[in-house]
Amino acid sequence: MVNKLIKEDTKMFLTGNEVLAYAANAAEADFMYGYPITPQNEIMHTWCKLLPKTEAGFLQTEDEISAGFSTIGGILAGKRAFTATAGPGNVIMQDAQSMAEMMRIPFVCAVMQRGGPSTATVIYAQQETRLTCFGGNGEGFRIVYSTAGHQDLYDYMIKAFNTAWTYKFPTYLLADGYQGKMREPVTLYDPASRGIKMTPVTPYLLGEGEIGKDRKSVHLRNTYNMEEELMEVLDQYQVDYDKMAEEVAESFEYKTEDAEILIIAHGIVARSAMTAVDELRAKGIKAGLFRPITIRPLDVKPLRAAVKRAKQVLFTESANGQLAQMVLEKIYGLTTPYQTLFKMGVGVTGDDIVNKVVEMADVPAAV
Amino acid sequence: MTELLTMPPKLPDAQNAEVGASKFCPGCGHGMILKSLAWAIDDLGLKQKAVFGCDIGCSLLSWNYMDLDTVQTHHGRTTPVIYGFTRANKDAIGIAYMGDGGGLAIGSQHLVNATVRSERMLIIVTNNTNYGMTGGQMSPTTMPGQKTETTPYGRDCDVTGRPAKGAEMVAAIADPAKSYVARASVSNLKKLRVTFKKALKNVEMGGFSFVEVLSLCPLNWRTNNVDTWGRLEQMESVFEVNEFLVREGLE
Amino acid sequence: MSRTKMVLAGEGGQGVQSVAKILVEAGYEAGKQVLYIPNFGVEQRGGVSIAFCQIADEKIGEPRFAKGDIVIMLSDRAIDRCDTYVDENSIVVYDTSVCTKKPECKCKKLIGVDANKIANEKLSARVFNIIILGVLLAATNVLKIDDIKNAMELALGKKFAVKPELRELNHKALEMGMEMVNAAV
Repeated sequence: MVNKLIKEDTKMFLTGNEVLAYAANAAEADFMYGYPITPQNEIMHTWCKLLPKTEAGFLQTEDEISAGFSTIGGILAGKRAFTATAGPGNVIMQDAQSMAEMMRIPFVCAVMQRGGPSTATVIYAQQETRLTCFGGNGEGFRIVYSTAGHQDLYDYMIKAFNTAWTYKFPTYLLADGYQGKMREPVTLYDPASRGIKMTPVTPYLLGEGEIGKDRKSVHLRNTYNMEEELMEVLDQYQVDYDKMAEEVAESFEYKTEDAEILIIAHGIVARSAMTAVDELRAKGIKAGLFRPITIRPLDVKPLRAAVKRAKQVLFTESANGQLAQMVLEKIYGLTTPYQTLFKMGVGVTGDDIVNKVVEMADVPAAV
Repeated sequence: MTELLTMPPKLPDAQNAEVGASKFCPGCGHGMILKSLAWAIDDLGLKQKAVFGCDIGCSLLSWNYMDLDTVQTHHGRTTPVIYGFTRANKDAIGIAYMGDGGGLAIGSQHLVNATVRSERMLIIVTNNTNYGMTGGQMSPTTMPGQKTETTPYGRDCDVTGRPAKGAEMVAAIADPAKSYVARASVSNLKKLRVTFKKALKNVEMGGFSFVEVLSLCPLNWRTNNVDTWGRLEQMESVFEVNEFLVREGLE
Repeated sequence: MSRTKMVLAGEGGQGVQSVAKILVEAGYEAGKQVLYIPNFGVEQRGGVSIAFCQIADEKIGEPRFAKGDIVIMLSDRAIDRCDTYVDENSIVVYDTSVCTKKPECKCKKLIGVDANKIANEKLSARVFNIIILGVLLAATNVLKIDDIKNAMELALGKKFAVKPELRELNHKALEMGMEMVNAAV
């Protein structure tokens, strides 16, 4: 057991990376495995600085491959273990993430997106959206929360552990370099004070009982001999995933009721979009925002309803339509025309969105 | 006579009796190595504390071979899974089982760093001088002149370098105060069992152990019984069977 | 209702991020809504370092903004890099003793200060960035000098405790920076 540091509501002025370390502690996470890569380093720094008080564990590994796999080792041992990464680190950690997906391991990872492809920038992007949702040689049996600021980082990091351990799918907190590095006020709290009960964790290996007496030895594998044998397993995963999606999918809507132009954005871009919606409404343009919180699985019903009500849709991302691609698949059959505002690896400001939507109001989208 | 034939084989307690016929090829060394390991685990009474990890390649076929809590991982990644486990569970005896490709090629960064950090675990590298499961390609330990699918005219060391000496490399970078490093061979199973015992004992003492085992792969070597044995003797002349590092106080 | 958007840009090592941290800490302690994003390249030192700061009365939406109310440029490269954050409503401040050129942008007001020169000649090169903090404080007028002094205690209190004369030096630098703007306006 770790010592929880936040016992009562505490308002602090922190960077997002610091918030994540505090959130993991509040969620009773007891081990972090990690490897340095900007812009997520301060999660490790903070975690390590707090170790004498929390009495949690930490291991700095030799790369993100080993950070991912040793996190799995920690989870198999019954720890509420987690890791964090970004960019090229996220790429090479897919090896471990894919194994976690196949073996239904409650792998928790904070992804602080940076520019890509390749080394690119250490600052900010939304270009790991597709990778985080669908990386690996599989079907994307993953849960991805996309946050939009420090309170979100705290709330959803805690939630990620519970979702992972309840449904046994790898669960991600997808943020970015801005959220990691920026400082803004946040209220830290003990999850119990919000009625949040942490899902209990149990070891996968060396659990209760004596082998040969109380139980058989456990043999965990991710290899299968026959095609049909594999499909049977994955079909069951899909059933579990769909059931989970009904309970886990989340979205946030801002002034969508009468919105004629619906902005669809996730993460920190959705925050700029909220600023834009207010400015646009002041100009007499009925704009609204649909923000998927879980970008995998998507909250399909309210998404389709909001798109259907609108006259036009604007997709905006700090990527070239990675979310749009996933959303378009889910709104197939609806005929609302859309336009895009994509800035690859660059922040989208409220002004950018206002200008684009004003343009759309003047000359409506055709497709 | 009939009675004798129906008697079950004498298996170590740490070996899984339910697994039935071996999945390894006839003449393969894995079965002998795993059995020796199981005996050593029995000898030390570690069955309830051991966590066994196996790699990709032929070693993955051991995923249900032992009557131990087991996890089969990815190629080269058994080492981080197991040290991740033993970092989190201080009582566990971690064993990572892999081939020469998993240990010395694709997972070599983990081997190097686990050694340097003296991770509390035993790493076993079964060296059969080729990639078995994928069909007999050159591996880091393929011997000079040895024919494989990717060196069909024999390994040319001028082009591909010399065979990797796993045990010597590990011994060079391991902490002498915490480590046990040895190379053994399936030519002497009694000695192999003792080697494993020492290696496991060292892990029990909180140390890091590495055992490379020279093994057989008659299928990919395309050798008959006699030639298989001859090949093993040749390997023993290239790869010295010895203890390279024995921490003080380890019996 | 008010929101002040600030861009500080200079060379890595000039103390841009330290100034930004003290500024937003002061805003936070004064009960304002604040948001700060450090923006830098892959290198720890060297390269253009930019800080985006916002101080507001109400919750801040967008973390990044298109145009700054005040844009401070502390090197030639910062001038080149930050042109994009300036519009006709921006106040632009640049250091005449570091920059070899004048920013050529359409802005509300262009102020040249010689903070680097003054720091070197009259105070200490180390408090160059604190002079800039004073410039920022006077040019924006959203925080009080005591807010900044309190935040400086939080950031530098340990150093001040060892060397009390540092406190005086920093306060003096702060006031000189404010003076520079007041003289220019």
